[in-house]
Amino acid sequence: MTATDTAGDERLLRRSVWRKILGRPELGSVVGAGAVFLFFSVVAGSFLQPSSLSTVLYAASTIGIMAVPVALLMIGGEFDLSAGVLVTTSALVSSMFSYQMTANVWVGVLVSLLVTVAIGAFNGFMLTRTKLPSFIITLGTFLMLTGLNLGFTKLISGTVSTKSIADMEGFESAKKLFASQLTIGSVNLKVTILWWFALVAIATWILLRTRFGNWIFAVGGEADAARAVGVPVFKTKIGLYMGVAFAAWVSGQHLLFSFDVVQSGEGVGNELIYIIAAVIGGCLITGGYGSAIGSAVGAFIFGMTSKGIVYAEWNPDWFKFFLGAMLLLATLLNAWVRKRAEATA
Amino acid sequence: MTTNPETAPDATHGRTALVELDDVSKYYGNIRALEGVSLEVHAGEITCVLGDNGAGKSTLIKIIAGLHRHDAGTFRIEGEDVSLSNPREALDRGIATVYQDLAVVPLMPVWRNFFLGSEPTKGKGPFRRLDVDKMRTTTRAELLRMGIDLRDVDQPIGTLSGGERQCVAIARAVYFGAKVLVLDEPTAALGVKQSGVVLKYVAAARDAGLGVVLITHNPHHAYLVGDRFVLLKRGTMTGSHLRSDITLDELTRQMAGGSELEELSHELQRAPAPGHLGGPAEKE
Repeated sequence: MTATDTAGDERLLRRSVWRKILGRPELGSVVGAGAVFLFFSVVAGSFLQPSSLSTVLYAASTIGIMAVPVALLMIGGEFDLSAGVLVTTSALVSSMFSYQMTANVWVGVLVSLLVTVAIGAFNGFMLTRTKLPSFIITLGTFLMLTGLNLGFTKLISGTVSTKSIADMEGFESAKKLFASQLTIGSVNLKVTILWWFALVAIATWILLRTRFGNWIFAVGGEADAARAVGVPVFKTKIGLYMGVAFAAWVSGQHLLFSFDVVQSGEGVGNELIYIIAAVIGGCLITGGYGSAIGSAVGAFIFGMTSKGIVYAEWNPDWFKFFLGAMLLLATLLNAWVRKRAEATA
Repeated sequence: MTTNPETAPDATHGRTALVELDDVSKYYGNIRALEGVSLEVHAGEITCVLGDNGAGKSTLIKIIAGLHRHDAGTFRIEGEDVSLSNPREALDRGIATVYQDLAVVPLMPVWRNFFLGSEPTKGKGPFRRLDVDKMRTTTRAELLRMGIDLRDVDQPIGTLSGGERQCVAIARAVYFGAKVLVLDEPTAALGVKQSGVVLKYVAAARDAGLGVVLITHNPHHAYLVGDRFVLLKRGTMTGSHLRSDITLDELTRQMAGGSELEELSHELQRAPAPGHLGGPAEKE
């Protein structure tokens, strides 16, 4: 036996560092991001300026904050189509609650946190109780929230947007937390970038180093097996939906405190962008595989593309086409790299 | 059929059975999945449950594993009446179940699978984290102890062979202090050699003092290791035997449905091969 003790390692030598890198879920997206970065560096002269990069990072962070929990949810085997409008809902709730109750905006912000997380829990609860596909459940929530956003806003403020809350108590401090800027040297960095990085770090920690993370992979990979060995499948999934809701709350507060009014129709369509960022980042659409860092790279690709077109001074009418083509290419590259990695593993 | 289930192997031992089912039934709506089944599992013994497809083997497993509650009869664990509501409860009572196809999460590394659902942690509060080093080294050591030498505990468990996966699952159950090991068709999808390897681990678990429930439709595998045999057919128990009471031939005959098999072999001999399968030229 002593011989085989080390024999395991002798065969291990075949698995080089390079092979380990190839086996990472986010590899394809990193290669894709490098390609996009190089492309815009060449075609858009101002792309490499620090101020441009901070704008790109900002654009990436607004998507990235949501892409992180959406990626975790996808690893857990589920979708959330309501994530986009939930951001708007969250902003509307804190704005209108603050305005109507004439309280400190912080009260509105906290009420919004409760409401948003409750909606997330509702998604998870409905999913685990009814056992319907999450696509259907969250499509229902998506439509209901879209209607509620518009209906309530018109009912309360008479128009499709909320009233300004900029002169209310607590606005400045809340703005500091959710929508301020940090100046480092000559570069202005939005605080959402910090939120984004923090969420990526926390999500990575959870995913790779906690029991909950182990359960996320398990419920997405093979829910029946996970349940059979004692993993609380339902609680894990509900927790993931509440995670998405928490990030929606952060995004929603950013939306509110950077513009101080909220358009009730916003957010529709963003849920797909979050999902796509997660998929580019290497999440398997069927669950059980992926990473939080990958979702960040996916969001970064989005940021670079949307702002790169502006810096390249192209007609923005072409933006959507270009975005779609970029996505397709990055995802194909991702799939190709992964296939090669698996073939040689 | 040949033995009265109520009196057969019971009370042959003075000690309490680890698991005892007495006249247990399970219905799904108006479907009778299981009726009047009794069995005993003792420490250091292997109880084989034999039956064809649809005999109720899976239902029986699900009751013991805590996935379903039984509807009638008594289910005792170490002498205590129980009605398990979830798999966690069964695990806490020392019953570990290894399923044929859903024993593991294929995309996850071996070491994560090994500890899934019972992960050791270290640290406090927000820094409570998986004890990754312990998980890796324990997985490697436990598998080696059972004679499984893995190249890499980081490889996805889906890359292991079927037999190896079964062995990992068995090693996992033994490590977590299971008293009763329930194995669902561990050899069903395996070749002869791999089946032998798995049966060896089953015997090793028995020798370690565990009570084993081995579900199978292969009487040859059952007879190699079994101490007690329970035969199921269409949801009812058709026989319950101690090893000393029955021969392999008799077991095979009962298992295959006895006279039905003779009739079948008769039919097969005489039936001419259909034209579209190559006319009268019979294969094998």
